[in-house]
Amino acid sequence: MQDTTANQVAANATSSFTEHLQRNRPGLLPYNQPFPAALTGAGSQPLQVPHATTIVSLTYGGGVLMAGDRRATMGNVIASRHIEKVFPADSYSVLGIAGTAGIAIDLTRLFQVELEHYEKIEGTLLSLEGKANRLGAMIRGNLPMAMQGLAVVPLFAGFDLPVGIGRLFSYDVTGGRYEEKEHHAVGSGSVFARGALKKLWRPGLTAEEAVAVAVESLYDAADDDSATGGPDPVRQLWPVVYTVERSGARRIPDHDLASVAGAIIEARTTARREA
Amino acid sequence: MTQQFYVSPEQLMKDRADFARKGIARGRSVVVISCEEGIALVAENPSPSLHKIGEIYDKIAFAAVGKYNEFESLRQAGVRYADVRGYSYDREDVTARGLASVYAQSLGAVFTAEQKPFEVELAVAEVGGNQSDDHLYRLTFDGSIADEKRFIVMGGQADKVAETVESGWQQELNFAGAIRLAMKGLVTDKEAGELPASALEVAVLDRASESTRGSRRAFRRLGDDEIAALLSKEN
Repeated sequence: MQDTTANQVAANATSSFTEHLQRNRPGLLPYNQPFPAALTGAGSQPLQVPHATTIVSLTYGGGVLMAGDRRATMGNVIASRHIEKVFPADSYSVLGIAGTAGIAIDLTRLFQVELEHYEKIEGTLLSLEGKANRLGAMIRGNLPMAMQGLAVVPLFAGFDLPVGIGRLFSYDVTGGRYEEKEHHAVGSGSVFARGALKKLWRPGLTAEEAVAVAVESLYDAADDDSATGGPDPVRQLWPVVYTVERSGARRIPDHDLASVAGAIIEARTTARREA
Repeated sequence: MTQQFYVSPEQLMKDRADFARKGIARGRSVVVISCEEGIALVAENPSPSLHKIGEIYDKIAFAAVGKYNEFESLRQAGVRYADVRGYSYDREDVTARGLASVYAQSLGAVFTAEQKPFEVELAVAEVGGNQSDDHLYRLTFDGSIADEKRFIVMGGQADKVAETVESGWQQELNFAGAIRLAMKGLVTDKEAGELPASALEVAVLDRASESTRGSRRAFRRLGDDEIAALLSKEN
């Protein structure tokens, strides 16, 4: 192609915030500061940083739901009891993150700005597939950090407005994107959460039932995985739960979660079963 | 060797300013009004997709008259500036004042250094917790910046429109009242008594977006139906 002014203008036109940063302010990208090899190289101790753990997500009749526990761990120490790992990405999608908490939270912030930036520049929302692909590209951007042990594994869920259904995407560290039917979980407690989801999930759940299923699967994950935090009646801490429906993303208020978690704890207490 | 004609700097700047003014005067007007519920931005614009009014950030909106490609590139630059700033510091560190001074610098640089000045006039509006915290900045093609109160009128017939808006403005206006007033101003010089909703572009910066809509983004574009409803409803 000829290097005309028009070509240059076209090449520089981008609706992507990440691309804009990459070009003009690369230092601001969360994954663009290389860590010294002495800290993360072969043979060194793994870097002790907070890790976010279990996220579960499931579809239901009117949309899709995502829930995360509130614990972050650093080795065998609880780093935080209040961390939030599920965030609204924009008005019709939510994002949950497991892995290195610091990078994951920055990636989330970047993704939120990315979607809003596109919306403002273009004057229209990105399609759900488009959002899922952008997130995949950002996770791939983090691959060098993941190779140094600072991996981030997200779950992405949103309402596909033209199709009219809630959809759910999982990722691997290389940015590979996989659409999940029914339900999925990521993080250290995910194997246990997934087992619970398999038994509790059924097609056509209502939103209230979906919340109960999500909280119970997190309860099971916390029961067997020390890095996952269960409901905490002492501190009045409940999982962070978001639903996404045609009307948009909504955070389930704490008092609803308190009664859902209370019911589960009560049922288990009554059953008096060991495992 | 051909001799370059000498043109005095005064004459050069005057010519550029005249050129830019002429370009702006050809366009239709935009009115930005601060009212009780927030800030209303109203433009005469028959296109449903090529906007003269746009969202920049949470509490900040943009309105422009003049050449579309020039103000659109400025709008996009503003969105990039605001998003980078909000991402690297915090969302509350993005202010209309900062954005307006960046615009003033770029417009000033283009006016003095480029082949031709931008034929645009911009307004940057930031909605505050109450009316005295609203900020309205007017930026002209040469990089001049003015901090306005109550309202801004820009475009071809700015003086006439401003007269009408001035006479009808009061602090207690709600959105419907402000939009009706702006429209009354916009039709000042026309034979037609009214503008249809489809010929108007209207957006608002909602003062209470957090409590009423649960969104920190105060900007909202109104659809044709909503505009028609607002215009027909009496106070």
